[in-house]
Amino acid sequence: MTQFAEGITQEIADTHLPRDEYEKAVEILGRAPNLVELGIFSVMWSEHCSYKSSRVHLKKFPVTGEKVIQGPGENAGVVDIGDGQACIFKMESHNHPSYIEPYQGAATGVGGILRDVFTMGARPIALMNALRFGAPDHPKTRQLVSGVVAGIGGYGNCVGVPTVGGETNFHAGYNGNILVNAMAVGLADADKIFYARGAEPGQPIVYVGSKTGRDGIHGATMASAEFDDESDEKRPTVQVGDPFVEKKLIEACLELMATDAIAAVQDMGAAGLTSSSVEMAGKGQVGLLMDLDKVPQREDRMTAYEMMLSESQERMLFILKPGKEQIAYDIFNKWELDVATIGETTDSGRMVLTHNGETVCDIPLDPLAEDAPMYERPWARAIPEPAVMADELSQPKDYEEAILTLMVSPDLSSKRWIWRQYDRHVMADTAASSEDPADAAIVRVHGTNKGIAITTDCTPRYCENHPIEGGKQAVAEAWRNLTAVGADPIAITDCMNFGNPEKDHIMGQFAECVEGMSEACKVLDFPVVSGNVSLYNETNGFAIPPTPAVGGVGLIPDLSKRMGFGNVSAGDIVMVVGDTEGHLGASIYLRVMENREDGCPPPVDLVVEKRNGDFVREQIRSGAIKACHDLSDGGLAAAASEMAMASGTGLNLVHEGDLPLHGWLFGEDQARYLLAVDEAKAKALRAAARAAGVPLHVIGIAGGEALTINGMIDVSIADLKAVNESFMPTLMGEAD
Amino acid sequence: MKSAVIVFPGSNCDRDAAMAIEKVTGTAPAMVWHQETELPDGTDFVMLPGGFSYGDYLRCGAMAGVSHIIPAVKAHAEAGKPVLGVCNGFQILIETGLLPGALMRNASLHFVCEKSPLRVENANTQFTSGYATNREIVIPIAHHDGNYFADDATLDRLEGEGQVLFRYQNNPNGSARDIAGIANERGNVMGMMPHPERAIDLDHGGSDGLALFESLLGSA
Repeated sequence: MTQFAEGITQEIADTHLPRDEYEKAVEILGRAPNLVELGIFSVMWSEHCSYKSSRVHLKKFPVTGEKVIQGPGENAGVVDIGDGQACIFKMESHNHPSYIEPYQGAATGVGGILRDVFTMGARPIALMNALRFGAPDHPKTRQLVSGVVAGIGGYGNCVGVPTVGGETNFHAGYNGNILVNAMAVGLADADKIFYARGAEPGQPIVYVGSKTGRDGIHGATMASAEFDDESDEKRPTVQVGDPFVEKKLIEACLELMATDAIAAVQDMGAAGLTSSSVEMAGKGQVGLLMDLDKVPQREDRMTAYEMMLSESQERMLFILKPGKEQIAYDIFNKWELDVATIGETTDSGRMVLTHNGETVCDIPLDPLAEDAPMYERPWARAIPEPAVMADELSQPKDYEEAILTLMVSPDLSSKRWIWRQYDRHVMADTAASSEDPADAAIVRVHGTNKGIAITTDCTPRYCENHPIEGGKQAVAEAWRNLTAVGADPIAITDCMNFGNPEKDHIMGQFAECVEGMSEACKVLDFPVVSGNVSLYNETNGFAIPPTPAVGGVGLIPDLSKRMGFGNVSAGDIVMVVGDTEGHLGASIYLRVMENREDGCPPPVDLVVEKRNGDFVREQIRSGAIKACHDLSDGGLAAAASEMAMASGTGLNLVHEGDLPLHGWLFGEDQARYLLAVDEAKAKALRAAARAAGVPLHVIGIAGGEALTINGMIDVSIADLKAVNESFMPTLMGEAD
Repeated sequence: MKSAVIVFPGSNCDRDAAMAIEKVTGTAPAMVWHQETELPDGTDFVMLPGGFSYGDYLRCGAMAGVSHIIPAVKAHAEAGKPVLGVCNGFQILIETGLLPGALMRNASLHFVCEKSPLRVENANTQFTSGYATNREIVIPIAHHDGNYFADDATLDRLEGEGQVLFRYQNNPNGSARDIAGIANERGNVMGMMPHPERAIDLDHGGSDGLALFESLLGSA
């Protein structure tokens, strides 16, 4: 017989926990939970906070390496970038809120990921974002794009952290669930990193930042459920952000972190005061005693339940060393932010909350955190699709038209309309951003000649058709993009966006993507240091394409040797590193020209990937290469078009051999780079490639004002630019 | 040359401004918190940096325009000493009445960030002497409210007195007569929407902003 506390009914219990988890909570407490406790169990055991469906798989990721200072489990990953400095980064999803309320959803996504980074003591230096929207002609798409872009810009621009890059895709698979993944990168001294661990009994718990209001209550639970037609009614669960407060919070926190007052720190993100306090207590093996009357409140008569579950933004929780409270008070008062001591750590091992003089919660902490449910959900392997090779497809009737059609297609078109709304230069250290012809964004390490290279990548259509190869490819492409700008790839963060894990094939997509990603991370020595899982991206039973977004970070030791693809001049020799077999399965060409989305994606040979990439990086460093661009979406045709547009110099390509021309031009074979090389250095480069066993093919010469192929196909740079720039303004109803 | 950069809550180009000043003068400026009521003794030059002072609440620059430090900045200007406001700093100078006109929301209604081609309209000022009149330069812009407006009489007067210092080549925000930067009548207070402090380094954003600081701080 299920027992209930006073005022709790089966219906109320059901809205908080599945019945088996409810029984587990009763067992842990030795009695029935009251409403506050029920709320706390509910958020702590939500998919969003507990990773209950994904943990068994995430364990497969390689998370250690020579440069890893902190892997997954803290607010963000930390890697060593030499000279006593560390780079701190993480990517996180804000998908559900952004669909319901695009401006605030996206804005608070940026705010949340920034807090994850500065919570660890880092000054944020760059923001990135990976966005997936529905079909361009879907009635909600324009409104969602407009709101999300304004929200990202509105928050990042005000906070004063440059938004330097990202990616944007459109596909009908996201009609009911857009993806907004935001990534933040920060810098700190390697010996001044702050963690959630470190609390000891008898230390004051100090709340800082904004007041607690009734917004965002149960946001974490919303983010752990499917959408249906009534999802718009969930708008009150979306938080409202204030970047002005965040900017003050960054400065105040960094000021406090320069003192020795802090024992542990955690931002109040999903599940707010509950998860921040529980995580710090759990990691320090201490208990908590908090008086909710002391919590700064925005509204009158807030209940304990509301305070513990509120996701009001721009709040942080510090556990200070005893006697250091005044230091924090002085700093936060100067910045005109709320600051209050709301309790202390204890040796009870329990979370005890009082409100209006009564104990409203008494939960043993260990079982709450450690005994969270973990599911080994059943999953099914995807059925592999056959490869689609060029010789199975008829050639396009008009190659010029095919190239132009590709370059105006949603995924390959210029996203100027979007990134023009982001401040990409604030902090004055941006060396390459969305506007620059480079495969990764580059931000100078302030006051040095080193650069951090950053990229976000994922090809969901590959993951849909072959989750293992798709998973590998997402990691490999991030690694390749960092390589193409001359960086040493260091580590990744990930944002695993999938549908409902309670369905076998969705859980299978997740498991297989993780399998592929893990393998790539191992072979490329590119460990996972932080990440986030977003499941239940489904509406009325339709799931998004599997989208394991990867955020990669690398180091450029000498910024003067960074590489881009805009520096091509007439007479340069054009070459391709890597072999082309003409894989057109799941390619952009197949989608755009044949209206087909089937086929096995191009296989990823990780050993070849590493060999080719290491060669390219070495040659960039030695000054042998003038321009370098990775070959990915749209194959050689897209990369060559982009290189020609960026440099204002034509490329004249010649195809020889048996491979049909459309396979050579549009195949998306992996591990390839397009290079432009000074004629005087071409011979030596070819010799070096031979010596390294790397395939290097001369495919043409730069010159003129068009992309030409075999002297027959001729597409002017002006035409390429015109179509490439036309998609976004047309979509947004702002075309001239 | 002693410089001061005013820091408001929400300023976010204060560090960039300080870096530019230090690069040109070799001395770091004093960072003056908005709640101060006096500038450091012997301050020669005051810069109001970009950002979102007070979160742009009420109206860009409106609250900063009445903050504690402003009387000291006004006194500095009235004494004929140089004051430069960039982006939000320009908005603040307008709110204080040290410069005429208004900065409205961009005509596109979008925030706009790009490297903006400008023309130097008047190189005979202490802010622009390092340039030649009519020289074309590229300086980054990043703002939501940079659409300069003034009545025709004011615009005519600005033009007539050589107070228009920079003009957009490719008007990104709807500004009247393509105006990107202006000075006061006396020529010692200047405001501009583009960010010269982001263009002091060839490797990062170009170096066309350097001459402005060199003109002013005299180390060219």
